[in-house]
Amino acid sequence: MLGAFEFPPLSHLFEWPDIAFEGTPFAINKVVLCVYASSVLVILFFTVAASRSRQGSHVPKGVQNLAEAGLEVVEKNIALEVMGPHGRHFTPFLAALFYWILFMNLFGLLPLIQLPAASRMALPMFLALLVYVLMWFYGFKAQGPRYVTNSIFPPGVPKFLYVLVTPIELVSKFVVRPFSHAVRLFANLMAGHILLTTFALLTAALWIAKWNVIFLPLPFAMGVAMTAFEVLVAALQAYIFTILAAVYLNESLHPEH
Amino acid sequence: MRNVVTLLAQTEGDVEGGLRAVGYGLAAIGPGIGIGYLVGNAVQAMARQPEAAGMVRTTMFLGIAFAEALALIGFVVTFL
Repeated sequence: MLGAFEFPPLSHLFEWPDIAFEGTPFAINKVVLCVYASSVLVILFFTVAASRSRQGSHVPKGVQNLAEAGLEVVEKNIALEVMGPHGRHFTPFLAALFYWILFMNLFGLLPLIQLPAASRMALPMFLALLVYVLMWFYGFKAQGPRYVTNSIFPPGVPKFLYVLVTPIELVSKFVVRPFSHAVRLFANLMAGHILLTTFALLTAALWIAKWNVIFLPLPFAMGVAMTAFEVLVAALQAYIFTILAAVYLNESLHPEH
Repeated sequence: MRNVVTLLAQTEGDVEGGLRAVGYGLAAIGPGIGIGYLVGNAVQAMARQPEAAGMVRTTMFLGIAFAEALALIGFVVTFL
């Protein structure tokens, strides 16, 4: 019955041909289009809301209301919760990160587009490197060169344990951290995309099979349920990426105890 | 004996894909247990002290993110 079902190679799901500027580093394909579209959407959304606010409408309505509520979510749940009172300073950066990633993730669920841009490694890697560079920058700004020594020789540890602790801290803080930060976003969305594709293809394969009236609804229902689940994953991964960025930045601003 | 060797040589290509899936399955066990334990305790903490729910939730998501990373690395390695 499943003889007709054959899963395509993964490159068919994630690698798209260039549409414009082929062969240059600025080549545009479907993934890049999704990235640009979500940037434009986020910028437009917040610019329109800000211009309303600048016009002096202190009672927020419509877009302004939505944007203010959205900013407040990031400020209250991420910036202030993780970084304390001076986290307010980082709200714009964290909000931009959160909403950009959220919009890109939601493109993975929009019918006819259905491609989460973060399911290609380049984008999460860029974002993780951005946070990594900022981490070093704020670390040196707040603590000077002591940032490195504070990080790899955490205070309050018995002297002889540094033999064990220092290599672990060095590797986990400066090598593994950006990697796992990027892979977390990438793998979640890639897995989600593969999952949705699997159920969609299974539904399509059962369409022509025998007994399709009985078996077809099963993968179809699963696909619908998984789409709902992916909405949750899209929001959750944007939240987790942002909250980890906040935690990393907070660690460079304040040495541990 | 010789037949077994040729059989192994023939099926080597097929087995490789299966081993990757098994590897991913093994990589998922630990984080599965870890996340279950973590969320269970977080729910307990929230039930006991609802006013601390916000803080517990943030910490819970952080913990989940760290535990989950292992499973996700296993998942990525499956495709390498």
